[in-house]
Amino acid sequence: MSLLAFAEWLDSTAGSTALHESMYMYPIVESTHVLALMLFVGFAIVLDLRLLGLTLKNVPVSQVAGRLLPWTIAGFIVMNITGLLLFYAIPVRTYQSIFFRAKVIFLILAGLNVWYFHTGVFKRIAEWDHAVIAPTAARRAGLASLVLWGAIIVAGRMIAYNWFDCDIQPQPAFVNWAAGCVVPPPTP
Amino acid sequence: MLLPFFEWCETLWLGQAVIGSNWLFPVIESVHLLGLALLGGAILLVDFRLLGLGLKERAVAELAIDARPWMLTGLTILIATGIPLFLSEPIKLYYSGAFWIKITTLPIAIAFALTVRARVTLGDSVRNTARRQQLVGALSIALWITVAAAGRWIGFS
Repeated sequence: MSLLAFAEWLDSTAGSTALHESMYMYPIVESTHVLALMLFVGFAIVLDLRLLGLTLKNVPVSQVAGRLLPWTIAGFIVMNITGLLLFYAIPVRTYQSIFFRAKVIFLILAGLNVWYFHTGVFKRIAEWDHAVIAPTAARRAGLASLVLWGAIIVAGRMIAYNWFDCDIQPQPAFVNWAAGCVVPPPTP
Repeated sequence: MLLPFFEWCETLWLGQAVIGSNWLFPVIESVHLLGLALLGGAILLVDFRLLGLGLKERAVAELAIDARPWMLTGLTILIATGIPLFLSEPIKLYYSGAFWIKITTLPIAIAFALTVRARVTLGDSVRNTARRQQLVGALSIALWITVAAAGRWIGFS
């Protein structure tokens, strides 16, 4: 089954329609997604700013990371549950949204950045735990994280706008390609 | 009574510029969200500490002093982007219950952050008992959640 077929199947389920059309559940899920962003991205920003030496300079990096991580993970779980529900409510249109696709790519990059940081420079944290200015690799990871989460927020917000939706044609060939639109060939 | 004021707001060039563009509203809205994330981190860092969570090894005042410029930056971004968003649809907002919840809790949340919460987090008075700290932390979180949720809800009305 292709991803598009899977999205179409999701679209055909009663739960998807019910969530999409519900007066309160959809707004509640969407609001929870935004509120969890304050916690999850908020604490990610705090750690990033510490890595860049812009806040909590006297607090060891391991303490910032260790004490905030449980909450960051909690926020991440809420973001994922509500995010998946938002996709479930509007599967085909979201799957074919260039902003959603950009968001997924940024999310993968953000995940790689976390993995790179934790398996790399963070392994030698004992050497620079108290440094006001972290090593270059750590500062780069912090900056990359700030940029990527910012891009994820912007791309996520843009999913709501339909400028590049597949059912609005004609679109530039690039948009149709990037969004995976199935466009019938022009009738002669 | 306030309707004429909202109607006057609608005539201002800033709102008209936002209406006249396909991209401005979504872009400003996105920056509004970025500001919210920053404010969330700066506020919750201290409020969690007031509740005895998060960076509990550090003094409340230390966290509050370090978080303060970022809290003020976040607030500035939110207000600077919130104004053009408001000016682009004042009449719709006048009739939105969520807007009125937001616009009444927002000044309360800001005043609370700059007065009561600032005194409890930045001062080292003996009157700042654990109980008082918890109360202030919980109130601050509740206020900002109300402002943010009501703000998001404007889009559904």
